[in-house]
Amino acid sequence: MGNYKVSLLALILALLGVGFFIYKVRYLGYPLAPDADSQVWTVETRVSFDAAPGPVKATLYIPGLTPGFAILDENFVSRGFGFTTPYVSGGRQVQWAVRQAEGPQTLYYRTVVYRDPNVFEDDTTPPFPPVPQLAEPFNTAVGMLVERVQTESADPETFTAGLLKRLARPGADQEANLLLGPEPDAVDRARTAMSVLAAASIPARLVRGVRMSDRERSTPMLPWLEVHDGERWLYFDPVTGREGLPGDFLIWWRGEDPLVQVDGGGNVDVNVSVQSSVVDPVVVARRRAAAHDDAIGGLSLFALPIESQAVYGVLLAVPIGALLVVIIRNIIGVQTFGTFMPVLIALAFRETRLLWGVLLFTVLVFIGLSFRFYMERLRLLLVPRLAAVLTIVVLLMIGVSLLSQQLGFEIGLSVGLFPMVIMTMTIERMSIVWEERGSGEAIKQGLGSLFIAATCYLVMGLPIVEHLVFVFPELLLVTLAATLLLGRYTGYRLSELLRFRELRGGVP
Amino acid sequence: MLSWVRQLRARGVLGMNERNTEYIMRLNPRRLYPLVDDKLRTKELAIAAGIAVPKLHGVIRTEHDIGDLPELVRDTQDFAIKPAHGSGGDGIMVVAGRSPRAADIYRLVDGTQVNAEQIGFHLSNILSGQFSLGGHRDVALLEYCIKVDPLFADHCHQGVPDIRVIVLRGYPIMAMIRLPTRKSRGKANLHQGAVGAGMDIATGITTFGVLGNARATDHPDTGAPIAGLAIPRWEYLLTLAARSYELTGLGYVGVDIVLDRQYGPLILELNARPGLNIQICNREGLRLRAEKAMALPEEPDIAVRVARSRELFGGASYASAA
Repeated sequence: MGNYKVSLLALILALLGVGFFIYKVRYLGYPLAPDADSQVWTVETRVSFDAAPGPVKATLYIPGLTPGFAILDENFVSRGFGFTTPYVSGGRQVQWAVRQAEGPQTLYYRTVVYRDPNVFEDDTTPPFPPVPQLAEPFNTAVGMLVERVQTESADPETFTAGLLKRLARPGADQEANLLLGPEPDAVDRARTAMSVLAAASIPARLVRGVRMSDRERSTPMLPWLEVHDGERWLYFDPVTGREGLPGDFLIWWRGEDPLVQVDGGGNVDVNVSVQSSVVDPVVVARRRAAAHDDAIGGLSLFALPIESQAVYGVLLAVPIGALLVVIIRNIIGVQTFGTFMPVLIALAFRETRLLWGVLLFTVLVFIGLSFRFYMERLRLLLVPRLAAVLTIVVLLMIGVSLLSQQLGFEIGLSVGLFPMVIMTMTIERMSIVWEERGSGEAIKQGLGSLFIAATCYLVMGLPIVEHLVFVFPELLLVTLAATLLLGRYTGYRLSELLRFRELRGGVP
Repeated sequence: MLSWVRQLRARGVLGMNERNTEYIMRLNPRRLYPLVDDKLRTKELAIAAGIAVPKLHGVIRTEHDIGDLPELVRDTQDFAIKPAHGSGGDGIMVVAGRSPRAADIYRLVDGTQVNAEQIGFHLSNILSGQFSLGGHRDVALLEYCIKVDPLFADHCHQGVPDIRVIVLRGYPIMAMIRLPTRKSRGKANLHQGAVGAGMDIATGITTFGVLGNARATDHPDTGAPIAGLAIPRWEYLLTLAARSYELTGLGYVGVDIVLDRQYGPLILELNARPGLNIQICNREGLRLRAEKAMALPEEPDIAVRVARSRELFGGASYASAA
């Protein structure tokens, strides 16, 4: 049966549309609402140093593997320097080099990051670390500490937690005090923990990173401890021993290397600043799709030039208007001039706004109709008559524009966006209905057209509708499915409930 | 509101959407539409099949042909001009006679006088497609002007009453008569103020009247009672309507028949998308009857079909509604 086929087709289309839609929302993070913003952080690293005359090579670690964050954009400002961004054992670096430099130099690295829970630390399982060769009495101290913590723990995770707890409590353990030395800082604690962990054959790394705050002119590089439990990396705060990576911790590099190294220069200074800001989430989503090599997500209307975007923004709302026309004509049963004329009028209303649009439309049709009735007396052939009405419509538009300009109503200028051919046909159809079916019918259909146009304008202009169809054009497949289903609607139109009211009464 | 829907369903009222999808799309193949949308082809088809239609005086096909008008209607005082692709009676001009003073002054049915130039303009409008669906070029038919049967003397102020029969798969299932009024300016169109009256399919006697959307018992111009008017030669008239099935192949068609004083029942036009107001005049929905007719066997014998229809859809079904 036809119904079955239509339903199946509609179902497939709807599933396809909704499927893409959900994929884009859930996995690419396209925003559902027009005003949702994504938070991003701009992290700027400034390296300044004094170059001795001669060649200079500066090496700066930059974020590479950043669990919980993804890089939206990055750039390097380095006048006169050539640069490469190789991967080394500690992570990613930028290596600036220049043959000849002298005097103070400043190099910038700027990156924009956003939160992305889908970024995990997925590098390979590290080998067991070599047992550290330490001088006495440190060697014995490490051995005793390992033994003590091991009896209180079950696996690398609990071992690390127990170890850090001991290291955090000054005075509790003589061995710990000995290993930490006087007034240990966070890096000392992490290094001490690493050598104990190495003695227990647990791979561990020192990582350094910064915390993403709203605004920080100079943010410190904080140490963190990464411990591998055989399956994945675990994170520990080297000071408190608490497990886990704070949500705002951006890992910068790993290992013992310094953040920056300059060959051929001195007086090196590094400053990292953080500034948070909001951007259009679509930008982030697109970048994410591109990063994932995602053909569907990357295929976005935002890739088009701005002017074309505006055109498609309008174009994509048209099927929504068409669906409304279907509903209003086939479910409600309002009569109009021309099937999709109201949609085009609604598009013109976008510029004029509703009240002025309705007013201008009414004035144009009224005056046009008067001319049309006069022309009936001139007995012109159909096509020349249509051409004459078209000319009059254009003249009227110019007249309205000039008049409103004189009166200081800027809005009158937008009358030029009314589809003049459609207006002409509306006037022609209306005059024929007027002649043949009476003025009442003509005015009724005219008001019906205006009503649908206004409804289409209001719905197509809803920010959420504009946003959804533009960001998720696949939703038009759902619109199409709904249209197909309505195409098989055999129930009464609302107007028929009135039209056949004589037949309502009781059942005979 | 839902109860209204239920009530209409119970009365078997057919809605526009259901008519379109369940009957027109299913029973009327699109390729057959030109047979009825083009009144000239319908007429030629009917004449070839020996079906009674109003005589054709001539056809105006081009602007040049307009000059031939006096020649084509030389032998007749009155005639009707119709666009071949017109719908709903649009573009029809009825010339009732000539001015006694000049042969090229025509008197229209509403009493106004027009000259040859004005008629030429109307013909030109028809040719350029003003009255055709989609505005395509059209041709104008010059037809015999129907003389109202004296039977309708009390029921018709001016214009010609016509009888609309809905024929489904060759079975006439519902009928109504449309009586023009002063308000409808002689047009047999319910939207324009003509009176509609339901008809008993079995007997050809009018049952109820409807004016606009209200019930009407008397003709608004003449005051004659609307119910109880018997149409003569009813069986022949139904047969005429039922033959439209073989004539066109359309399974759901509205047949418009007029009664001429001289020639009797004549098929005026066929409609592949007949309106639904017939249900109001008959105070009964089309759907129940249509479903019954859908269940009937394919029957080549027209007389058998008509007899079956009168038996199934006549008389008794009204009794309780009265």
